[in-house]
Amino acid sequence: MKKSQVSFKVNGDAHRVEVFPMARLLDVLREEMQLTGTKEGCGEGECGACSVVVDGRIVNSCLVPVAQVDGSEIRTIEGVANDADLHAVQQAFIEHGGAQCGICTPGMVLAAVDLLERNPQPSEADIRTALAGNLCRCTGYMKIFESVIRAVDNAHR
Amino acid sequence: MDHPIGKSFPRKEGRKKVTGQALYVDDLSFPDMLHGATVRSPSPRGKITNITFGGDIPWDEFTVVTAKDVPGANYVALILNDQPYLADGFVNHAEEPVLLIAHRDKYLVEEARRNVVIEIEEQPAVFTLEESLAKKAIVWGEDNIFKKFLVDKGNVDDAWALADFIVEGEYETGAQEQLYIENNGAIAIARPGEGVTVWGSMQCPYYVHKALVKLFDLPEEKIRIIQTETGGGFGGKEEYPSLIAGHAALLAWKSGKPVKLIYDRAEDMVATTKRHPSRTRHKTAVSKDGKLLAMEIDFTIDGGAYCTLSPVVLSRGTIHAGGPYSCPNVRIHSRAVATNVPPHGAFRGFGAPQSIFALERHMDQCARVAGLTPEEFRRRNFIHEGETTATSQVIRERVDMDALLNRALQLSDYHAKRERFARENARSNGDGSFGIKRGIGFATFMHGAGFTGSGEVYLQSVVSAEATSEGTVQILAASTEIGQGTNTIFSQIASEALGVDFEMIDIIQPDTGRVPNSGPTVASRTSMVVGKLVESAVTALKQTLIGAGLLSEAYTTAAFRAACREYVTRFGPLKTSATYEPPPNVHWDDEKYQGDAYGAYAWAVYVAEVSYDELTYEARVEDFVALQEVGRVINPVLAAGQIEGGVAQAIGFTLFENVVWKDGRMANNQMTNYIIPTPVDIPPIRVYFEENPYAYGPGGAKGIGELPMDGAAPAILNAIENATGASFTHIPLMPEQLMERYEKEPSLVQG
Repeated sequence: MKKSQVSFKVNGDAHRVEVFPMARLLDVLREEMQLTGTKEGCGEGECGACSVVVDGRIVNSCLVPVAQVDGSEIRTIEGVANDADLHAVQQAFIEHGGAQCGICTPGMVLAAVDLLERNPQPSEADIRTALAGNLCRCTGYMKIFESVIRAVDNAHR
Repeated sequence: MDHPIGKSFPRKEGRKKVTGQALYVDDLSFPDMLHGATVRSPSPRGKITNITFGGDIPWDEFTVVTAKDVPGANYVALILNDQPYLADGFVNHAEEPVLLIAHRDKYLVEEARRNVVIEIEEQPAVFTLEESLAKKAIVWGEDNIFKKFLVDKGNVDDAWALADFIVEGEYETGAQEQLYIENNGAIAIARPGEGVTVWGSMQCPYYVHKALVKLFDLPEEKIRIIQTETGGGFGGKEEYPSLIAGHAALLAWKSGKPVKLIYDRAEDMVATTKRHPSRTRHKTAVSKDGKLLAMEIDFTIDGGAYCTLSPVVLSRGTIHAGGPYSCPNVRIHSRAVATNVPPHGAFRGFGAPQSIFALERHMDQCARVAGLTPEEFRRRNFIHEGETTATSQVIRERVDMDALLNRALQLSDYHAKRERFARENARSNGDGSFGIKRGIGFATFMHGAGFTGSGEVYLQSVVSAEATSEGTVQILAASTEIGQGTNTIFSQIASEALGVDFEMIDIIQPDTGRVPNSGPTVASRTSMVVGKLVESAVTALKQTLIGAGLLSEAYTTAAFRAACREYVTRFGPLKTSATYEPPPNVHWDDEKYQGDAYGAYAWAVYVAEVSYDELTYEARVEDFVALQEVGRVINPVLAAGQIEGGVAQAIGFTLFENVVWKDGRMANNQMTNYIIPTPVDIPPIRVYFEENPYAYGPGGAKGIGELPMDGAAPAILNAIENATGASFTHIPLMPEQLMERYEKEPSLVQG
């Protein structure tokens, strides 16, 4: 297989990379762009640790060949905080115990941010459904749900 | 200043974690780095007859390491030193490491790995504890037995004649994968003459250190182990990192280049440790007024192909097998046996979830036979202050299991639900249609904190504290942050003891080149045992400043800072250390297995409410109440997080997580096929604490980490018995087994 040029935007910045077209978006982000906040947990789209947002849709970057994102806009965990200011979801995860070991956290935070952008007033059932593709082994999810609920409350203060 | 202990300080490294800046081992890279891979045995047991390097692979570009390349001793130094780093002519389990390869191109390494053919002349193997006990083949030592214990209290043999009821039962638990979301991984730099440095995901840097000293036959100071941010452990990164770190280091030693060795999920699941499968037999003598007269317990765990930590897992499981009950006559026989599966290892609870599952299922059976409710039967047998456990340990702390039980049953609305479910279950069953049956059940239990018996004395853990010229205080310990909150808890303890701001405390990254050996991060010991050393070390620091005349007895944070600065300017570095000393009056007899097994216990009552769908045979946990007494709670949010996470893992252990074995190999080694609970599977987990400060824990804290793994499984199966009328004795309990039982005995499985 031959390498080819793929262009896309990551967190607002335009990039052009020369890669194998079937390379996983996950590997391109981590290895070509040093964006290591996106994690690999299972490599088969089960755990959600590699979640990124592509053109407004949250996906498992381990299942996306990079050729598929040519011309796309990608948002990774590195693009969630605005300079020094954390997103309300990130702040709530720190304060309410939403992160423990932290390996699922980037994907979990992105999934929660994505939910709140689509649905600013989610019910607990909405939260559970929106996060169903993101597995956590530390928290038992209770504090993750609470963090998302607190982030909603804070946004409406 | 306010007291930091008891407050929910936000996680110290939280900001790095929520922004993706925290660096895990796979996030690190070194110039000129190679990628390693492990070539593993295709067979469970036999002689290696041939190895071929095939395919269209440029093998001359590869670094290849075999047992012949090991510079020191080819074993993982732990307890019996029977596990080789690389199989030398013979394999004892499928997926056993045989050789290592490395190359600059990580994709080529994977392709190359698949092109190595290892031929094995197979020998008879055993795959289950029953086959091992039956000596279907002798696969380890003379009798397949790694370790045996006998706990003998009173006189069990004389009790049977006095019994009004004798209740027997057999209970089994399956293997369980720790399933930390970050797979195992290590990076090594090693050069003959210079030494070895390893970065890795791990719980116990000094375990890795000890193992690599032997593997390379180097002096201690030539081996340096650094823990990187660790994405979950749960015991799965207690002993295993010694193996993967050694492998990465062997490749680095031979190639002269940095080597990264990261498992993918399939490899991590198929090759690394799991919870020991177990079988427990109970025979119990009960009087007609519901008193336990004698308990005879036979407990067996499957250790896998090598000894690793099995004797210690067996020990904890054995000691917990008698539970929080006062019984005059107890005999526990236990053993860890060898099978030809990858070694089973540490997993949160460490043997106790297995034996407690059996006991708490069995207590419900005893209650039924004695004609008492589960709660009344337990009340008549609960242990109290001044009474003795199975190892004849006199309980010297105030313990009130009755009060815990009352509160837990009230919080869960147990009595009203029990009554309502009985009514509703009977009603929905009349017309032959499918319905939902509901039930509620509970378990009462305890968990000992810290190493068993004399373990902490042998460990001789040390923590240091150092004041900087900026006036901050650094804590130096080998205890790792693996998500449970070590960094935050230690900072709270130090700031409480010093009376200075939380932000002034820095926790130094565990690095054996820099921190003393505060022991492994296991056994619910970090807060209680190591936390106490943090308290002592910083107290010594404060006293040094006072003794030097730089600080008065009452001071502000600013005055403390100034004193540190002044001390360092005048006298140079200010560093103090504290070494473990056992609490007074703790005595343990390792020969007889009698005495004070643990310095302190956490006590708990867990209540599960379940539904059972007669159409899909699915059992679901609908509500969960976890009430525990853990001494003083240092950080309520982190403590509740530990309990919630442990309960969720235990729900997985009970109803979801089924390791499918095929010829000694895990067949479902993917997250697609091995299911852990997701956000839509977990019920509300309602966590409550009773606080009863422990005199020898920092600020009164006891251990907490493993406790929540112990009680959920029996509570859930007790609830399923309440819902269905059927007593299940094996976990994981999958819908298939419920279906089988229902089809075999439809009359049993009804409300």
